[in-house]
Order: sequence, then C-alpha cells, then structure tokens
Amino acid sequence: MNRYPLWKYLLILAVLLAGLIYTLPNFYGESPAVQVSPLRASLKADGALLERVDKILKAAGVNPEVAALDGNSVKARFADTDNQLKAKDVLASQLGDDYMVALNLLSRSPQWLSGLNALPMYLGLDLRGGVHFLLQVDMKAALSKALEATSGDIRSTLRDQKIAYSGIGREGNVLVVKFRDAEARGKGEEEIKQRFNDYVLDAKEADGEFLLQAALKPEAERRIQDSAVQQNLLTLRNRVNELGVAEPVIQQQGADRVVVQLPGVQDTARAKDILGRTATLEVRMVDDEHQITPGAAAPFGTEAFKDRDGNLLLVKKQVILTGERINDAQPGFDSRNNEPAVHINLDGVGARKFKDATRESVGKRMAIILFEKGRGEVVTAPVIREEIGGGRVQISGSMSTVEAQDTALLLRAGALAAPMEIIEERTVGPSLGADNIKRGFDSTKIGFIMIAVFMIAYYLMFGTISVLALGANLLLLVALLSMLQATLTLPGMAGIALTLGMAIDANVLINERIREELRNGVTPQAAIHAGYDRAFGTILDSNITTLIAGVALFMFGSGPIKGFAVVLCLGILTSMFSAIMVSRAMVNLMYGSKARLAKVAIG
Amino acid sequence: MEFFRIKKDIPFMSYGKITTSISLLTFLFAVFFLATKGLNFGVDFTGGTVVEVHYAQPADLVKVREQLATVGMHDALVQNFGSSHDVLIQVPVRQDISGAKLSEHVLEGLRKQDASVEMRRVEFVGPQVGKDLIENGALALLLVSLGIIGYLWLRFEWKFGLAAILANLHDVVIILGFFAFFQWEFSLSVLAAVLAVLGYSVNESVVVFDRIRENFRNMRKAGVAEIIDNAITRTMSRTIITHGSTQMMVGAMLLLGGETLHYFAMALTIGIMFSIYSSVLVASPLLMMFGVSREDFIKPEKTEAEEVLP
Repeated sequence: MNRYPLWKYLLILAVLLAGLIYTLPNFYGESPAVQVSPLRASLKADGALLERVDKILKAAGVNPEVAALDGNSVKARFADTDNQLKAKDVLASQLGDDYMVALNLLSRSPQWLSGLNALPMYLGLDLRGGVHFLLQVDMKAALSKALEATSGDIRSTLRDQKIAYSGIGREGNVLVVKFRDAEARGKGEEEIKQRFNDYVLDAKEADGEFLLQAALKPEAERRIQDSAVQQNLLTLRNRVNELGVAEPVIQQQGADRVVVQLPGVQDTARAKDILGRTATLEVRMVDDEHQITPGAAAPFGTEAFKDRDGNLLLVKKQVILTGERINDAQPGFDSRNNEPAVHINLDGVGARKFKDATRESVGKRMAIILFEKGRGEVVTAPVIREEIGGGRVQISGSMSTVEAQDTALLLRAGALAAPMEIIEERTVGPSLGADNIKRGFDSTKIGFIMIAVFMIAYYLMFGTISVLALGANLLLLVALLSMLQATLTLPGMAGIALTLGMAIDANVLINERIREELRNGVTPQAAIHAGYDRAFGTILDSNITTLIAGVALFMFGSGPIKGFAVVLCLGILTSMFSAIMVSRAMVNLMYGSKARLAKVAIG
Repeated sequence: MEFFRIKKDIPFMSYGKITTSISLLTFLFAVFFLATKGLNFGVDFTGGTVVEVHYAQPADLVKVREQLATVGMHDALVQNFGSSHDVLIQVPVRQDISGAKLSEHVLEGLRKQDASVEMRRVEFVGPQVGKDLIENGALALLLVSLGIIGYLWLRFEWKFGLAAILANLHDVVIILGFFAFFQWEFSLSVLAAVLAVLGYSVNESVVVFDRIRENFRNMRKAGVAEIIDNAITRTMSRTIITHGSTQMMVGAMLLLGGETLHYFAMALTIGIMFSIYSSVLVASPLLMMFGVSREDFIKPEKTEAEEVLP
C-alpha cells in the first residue's frame, strides 16, 4: 500500500531537477559589467552595436570576459571593477550622447543556464543597495492647469466668434462664463458645446447676470489625471536615463503615485536634483541665411543646436514662445492628406504670439528646442506654410507615425504635467545591503542546521527524511523565486526562514501520527499509510489559513512587506509539495517494497 | 527519543476557569498598556526621517547631537544602533524643510564634522504615506480575520471559526501589549510579523479542532470535555515540537538577523509562545462555552455518508 506508481517518482524527480537547475545560477555569483543601451527609439541595440562595443574595448585594451546582446542593450562582463570602470569611461567617451553607458552586475552562470532563462534571484534594494523614491503627483495642479487652459480657449473662441461676454471665472473645478443677456448666452453655449465636449454645460441666472457653468466630465477628469501621470512617468524615464542606472524601475503605483527605484545609486542628492529638474521648451526661428560648419563659431545673434539626428542647425537667439504655452501635443494625422502629424494646442497668450510670428515668416522654418541641463536639442524644425491662428498648430510632412509619436511625447515631456513631490525615500548603502544578505543567509543556515539536528535525533530515519524534504523545499522555493524573478528583500529572506520553520510542521504531524498508530498496535506499513493519510487534511487546513494571511499581506503590503508575502505564499505551496509528496516518495522507496516490515526507525 | 509519553489524558477543560481568567488578565494588561502607553510607532507610520550612519571609530553621540543642533536639528533623536560605531538619527516631519531635503541636510552636517562618516540607510516617509500604511494594515488585519473565520466555518462550524479567531486575536493584542509595555518600535515589518502570526497560530487551533472532530466521530460514548481533553493531550507532542522547530528558526533570526529583523523576530517569538497557550487553553474553553456538541458534526441520517474523513 505504500508504493507510488512510476510516473509519480518520475514527476517528483523532474520537479526536483528543474528546481536544481533554476537554483544553480544563485551559486555562481556576479561579476562587474558595463551595460550600453540606446537612448532613442530610432536606435537599436543590435549586432552592429555589439561589434562597435567590441572594437572600442579591444582598441582600449580592456578585454571583456563576455559581451552579448540582452534585450535592448549590450552587456559586457569583466573580471574586476578596474577593467569595468576603464571600459565604462572608454565607451562613454566614444559612443557619445546617443547611448547610455551604465555600470551593472552580471551573473557568472554559464551560457547554457542563461539560455534556459535560469537567472539568479532578483535582489531588492535593501539587499543590493540603492534608492527608492515614492513620488506623489499633484492631481489638483494637473486639473487646474487643464481648466486654466480651457478658460483661455473659451475666451479666444468667444472673441473670435464675436460673442459678447463679461467675464470668465473659476469656482473650484467649474468654469463660469458671464453673459449680459440670454441671447448671447445661447450663442455662447452652442459654440462652447461644439468645441469643448469634455464639459457639461449648465445655464443659470444669478444677480441679474446670465451665467454658463462648464463642469469637467468625470471621464475627462480621469483622462487628464491619467495622462498627467503618464507624462510624468515619461519625463522621469528620460531623466533617469541620464543618471546611467542599469536597471531602473519607474512605475505607476495607485492612481497618483510613481515609484522610482535606482539600484546601486548612492548619490541621492544628485538623483533628487535630476528627478526634480524642470526642462524647458523654446520655439525660435531657424536662420537659413547663414551656413554653419562644425567647430566654427555661430554668427552674431544666432546659436547652433544639434537636431535629433545629430545635424547642426543655426537658430536665432530670439525666443518666440516657451514650453509653458503648450497645453498639449498629440500624435495624429493630417486631415487633408492623411500623413502622420503632431497636433499642438497652445494657450491663449501662446496662440496670439504664434499668430504674429507665423504671419511674418511664411515659408521659413521654425525650430522647437528642448533644453535640459543647459543643453538644447532641436526636436523638430518644420516649415511654416501659412499664418496660424487659434492656437492649434499642426506639424506634418515626411514623418513616420513613430516619429510623430516621439515628437509629441518630447513636446509634452519637456515639462512635468503636474508637480511631483517625494513622499517616501528609502536609501540603503552598499555595505548595509551586503550585511543584510549575510545576516539573512546566516540565520537561515543556523536555523536549518538546528532543526535538522533535532529532527534526526528525535525521529531517526523519519527525521532524516523530513530534513531531506525540508531541503527539497528550500531548493524549490529558491528555484521558484529565481524563475519568477520576484524581488527578494530582507523581509523576504526572513520569510524563507520562517516558511522553513513552519514547513517542518507538516512532517512533525505525519511523524507523530505514525508513532501514534504504531503505539496503537497497527503494523508499520498500515501506520505509515494512516499517518500520511490522516495528517493530510490537517496539513491542508493549517496551510490554507497561513495562505490567507499571506494573500492579505500581499494585497495591502507595500515594498519590502510585499516581498515577505510573496515568499510566504510560495513557501506554503512548495512546502505542501515537499512535505507530502517528496517525503512520501522517500518513505515509499525505503519501506514500501518490504512485504513483512516489522519495525521502522521513527524513534 | 520521545518527550511526551502521556498515558492519561490531561483534564485541560477542568482548568478552564483558571486558564480563561489568566488569559483574560494578560489580555486586560495588554489593553491597559496599549491604552496608557500606546504603541511606539516607527517612522513608517508616523512619517519623518531616519538616517543610519557608520563611523570608523566609536561615535561620540554628544558631539553628533551638538553638530546637528548647529544645522538647526534640535529635535533630532540620536542614539546608538547595534554597535558603538553605528548611529541612528531620527527627525520628525518638519514644515520648513521638505522631507526629501532633510536627509541631505543631516548628512551634510555630519560630514562637516567627520568626513569619514558613511551613510548606511536613509528612510524618509511623508505623513500621507504613514496614514495609508496604517489604513492598509488595519484592512489587512480585518481581511485575514474574516478570511480565517470564513474558511474555518466552511471546514468546521461557525463555533470553531469564532473560537479560533478570538483566541488568536487575543495573541495579537498580547503581542501589541508587549510592544507597548517595552516601547519597542512598531514598524512595518512588525506588522507583517503580527499578521503572519495570526495565520500561523490559527494552525494550532486547526490541528486541535481536527482532532476534536475526529474524536466526536470515534469516541461515541465520551463527553464533550473528555473529547477535547483527549484531542489536546494527543496533539500536545506535535504542538511543542512544531513550535520548537519554528522557534529555532525565529531564534536564529532574533540573534543573527541584525537590527532590521530583530523586532520582526521578537514579534514572532511572542506570537509563537502565546499561540501555544491560547490555542489550547483559550480556543478550546471558548469552544465549550459556545456549546459545541456531537450534533455539530454527525448530522442525523443521510448527511453522514457524505462526510469525508480528514
């Protein structure tokens, strides 16, 4: 009765083997590496880049152990940090501004393991050192910016349509337009309804004035907030690229928060500066009268900027508009010829200035320049075809859809859609991270040894089997964590230790049950069978209650606590498998085939 | 080897009055300290800034305090942390300096005094985050409690679910009572430990309850108290050994895990100790009080055939 069919043994063996393979990478450790990733959508990390990196490194005499393509970056591994730093400097100076060169750590595990997607566990910031920021996006500011923009637009629309109004004001999230009579209000309402379909209009009379209230629709409100967060995410991403962090995490959390994690960054002051910096956009006229040669000084009254492809462009110093006047920029299509285009929406003041500037310069080119950390780059330089009024600008011609999207993003990303504030910071220095790993590892090791010694002394052969099953549990848990690339934090390591301590419960339950049955005079084979059988329900019940706690922690926990919850939940699953299946298989192998079993070694 | 070879059942239920009074007393003490002293909430919950620094030589706390006072941090709490080389500086939330800047300010001030100071850890939590964490913690506690009651109700009977959760919430309150009495820092990881204890110590009650149910079926002639006594006596060996094993792990964490894991392990230790006690001496008397009887399991007539033995 204590025999497993062959397939069950094979299944267990296969699971353990898979566990072993996916645990292996954790033993190889990591080597210093340099990671090169392109900063523009138009550039790709490919064989050509790999060759270029290889060539540069060879020429400089720093030979990497391995250099390979990985996702959208080239990674080169070195024997020591000296070579790594040398390689970084050489690559950064030779590759120029188009590529980000960052320091990283790469697993030393052999190719065939990486080929199987077997990677070491992903360590959290408290173990590897780094900065974690939680930023709060000011949604009120995003809304009020949108409302301000609309009130300007309404004003210019009414003026353009020659509808008399006596004022526009704002009460909370509602715009109030005042008219002198009902007729003007009727006309105004129609006009506004046509153009601003994000608003719900409501006509009212108060103190002899004819009012029109425009309230933002809830779905429009949500959209504005959503796009504010998206835009801030994008801006942050661009800025973090500059920090040269190998694996930054920039994610939305909840409705209005953004998490930024920068592994390995120690200089938090610089990180905060860069994250909090404001970029500016400027619109200026292109100087096509003069020629510019690289290296030569720009003629008087002009400045030279590079465009996105690296070509130099001569631009007048006089600024027509700044980015603050841009309300929105969206990719789209030219309504006449269906070519990809970027639609820009300017505010009232911007629209007027733009109208004046374009009237005088039809046929000339204008440049939109993005300034960040004091350096300008031409985003786009379109030709002005006609006078543009009303604040709705369209840039089109010889653009792909991707380019249109990129340009729109850049135009918007110049500035943050809404102010952000750092509301949480957790920085862990590298020495503390290393200490934390050692402490977590040591306490798990000592705890495991103590449990092993006790179990073997107390339950003899069955204790040994229990300990082996516990070892299998640890193996599977680490394999699962490596496979899922779940973030391992210090509480997560505590979770591993705790689940091991709790997992032994299942084996204790089984062993105690077997002893009890034996004492009641049942034969050893029947006792083993009954022990496993009867204990199963109890093990299931007790594990499910812990699982409930784990799931709740996962749902409501944040950061490191989530890491603990993940380990707890996974640990329960692996311990069920190892304590019941693996230990049973061992017991069956050992005793199952003996027909006349008189005694078992259970103490 | 065998520690527990108990021939006769121990009449736990006849001690019911004494044990319930003892636990009621500890419970009331815990509530008293929680009410009067309150929990010493860590920076995770209150908001504020914590900076941990490491000095090459033993740090002079008086000097560090003076230096911080010169950069306007009069309200900074400075103390040793783990060793004499490590210093922990806590600054409450301030109006005049935004939280993110505060840690730079502190570190700059300290570097002026001793350039060798090494930043080990900075934690800044804004007040709005702390509020969220408290809310989420309370929600998690509620969800775990309801989940466990629901599951035990499904598996056993509402009486069992209620008895188990009352016994275990009693553990939670006692853990919190300890933290209030000693004014240990109550951080996010301690909260995680408390919730883990809640899930873990319910195991204990589940094991005993499983036995009680089995006994109701097998010991047809025995009374309720006898059945419960037998169930507790026969699972006692397992209880002690399991908790002993878990405690070995937690103990290793308590001693070797460093400051960050210390209170986490401490909460678990207290939780494990009291969960042994409460599952045996609180949950079972409660179960009797709720009037558990054979009829709760062995429904007359046809339902019996459907029941699955555990």
